[in-house]
Amino acid sequence: MSLAAVGAGLAVIGAGIGIGRIGGSAMDAIARQPEAYSKIQLAMIISAALIEGAALFAIVVAMIKG
Amino acid sequence: MVLLAGTFPVRSAVIAEEEGKSHGTEEEFDASSFIMEHVADSHEWHILTKKDGTHVAVYLPVIIYDRESGLHLFSSRRLAHGQSYKGFAIAHEGKYAGKIVRVDGHGHHDGSKPPLDFSITKAIFGMIVAALIMLWLMLALARSYKKTGISAPKGIQGVLEPVILFIRDDVAIPNIGENKYSRFMPYLLTVFFFILINNLLGLIPIFPFGANVTGNVNVTFVLALFTFLITQFSANKSHWRHVFAAPGVPFWLLPIMIPIEIIGLFSKPFALMIRLFANITAGHIIVLSLVTLIFIFRSVAVAPVSIFFVLFMDCIELLVAFLQAYVFTLLSALFIGMAVAEPEHH
Repeated sequence: MSLAAVGAGLAVIGAGIGIGRIGGSAMDAIARQPEAYSKIQLAMIISAALIEGAALFAIVVAMIKG
Repeated sequence: MVLLAGTFPVRSAVIAEEEGKSHGTEEEFDASSFIMEHVADSHEWHILTKKDGTHVAVYLPVIIYDRESGLHLFSSRRLAHGQSYKGFAIAHEGKYAGKIVRVDGHGHHDGSKPPLDFSITKAIFGMIVAALIMLWLMLALARSYKKTGISAPKGIQGVLEPVILFIRDDVAIPNIGENKYSRFMPYLLTVFFFILINNLLGLIPIFPFGANVTGNVNVTFVLALFTFLITQFSANKSHWRHVFAAPGVPFWLLPIMIPIEIIGLFSKPFALMIRLFANITAGHIIVLSLVTLIFIFRSVAVAPVSIFFVLFMDCIELLVAFLQAYVFTLLSALFIGMAVAEPEHH
């Protein structure tokens, strides 16, 4: 159980870094080009969803093994 | 909406309190099995347990087909609390835990050849409720268009029209393309409203609602399977060429590229399935864990803190309910759009 929890934690660290970077870059991009707001937001949500998917794989494995 | 959400955790806390008292007084309170019980599908809809140990539950119909004795239809009341009926019982441990298995004359569970289970379970009941709500909403919408035609939206029209336009203008058209999007609109709208309504109903902890439908991996599997089939059957020649003979790739790379592309075809809907399931289930688990904190600490003083955090989580869950319905629809549209895209001519 504890090992699975450590695995879930590591997965969350990875996803957190990834989604944090996407959010930060999207903020920069929106600050530079406020008129492209909706396009940037769409791309941001898609890539955040894809990264989140990878992290959720890890969490599901942790859940099953835990 | 926030006020409305505020009443839910209080109610769920009351229900949980009732349950905690019945089996938490002498034995240690087992938070994780308590949570899993609430997240998982079941044959009966447990509402609360009274102080004297009697259960208040809605017993859903059991429909099973056994290869030897044929079709059976009876209430799940007959299987409650480990009873067996007509040679069937609900297994509590082993490979078939929570499922209906056959029982022999000595009361032993027979794990081999379990009957086929077509029962109306909690999740299926939840889906029927959601389908009725969707029917009511959409028929009311259609009726109001018939009556007033294209005019300033009123009532239900005013709620649903912006959402439908949002799916069309911000999800379908940019991802699938101006010419081809209309064929896929019925699917995208259906899947969006199905997921959204089930996500929102899953947050309500009182009886006809609150089944964990979109947090059930079987439901999300079928939804992802629909996206997969629609994508593959509407794919054009250039999509298949990109899979089996990607243009501009040296031929000696193809033995590596083709398996990767084929895995890619399956991993995309697989990720859709896991994303929706894990997001919704994780939300439910967090809310339930915060409620169980009261029973882990065995103190009423924890209750205000716990309820405050549950409220906070429920507000986030409202956002997640919309976001996950949107992401599923968006990615479905993206995959369909990738499959139907015309090759670019340079």
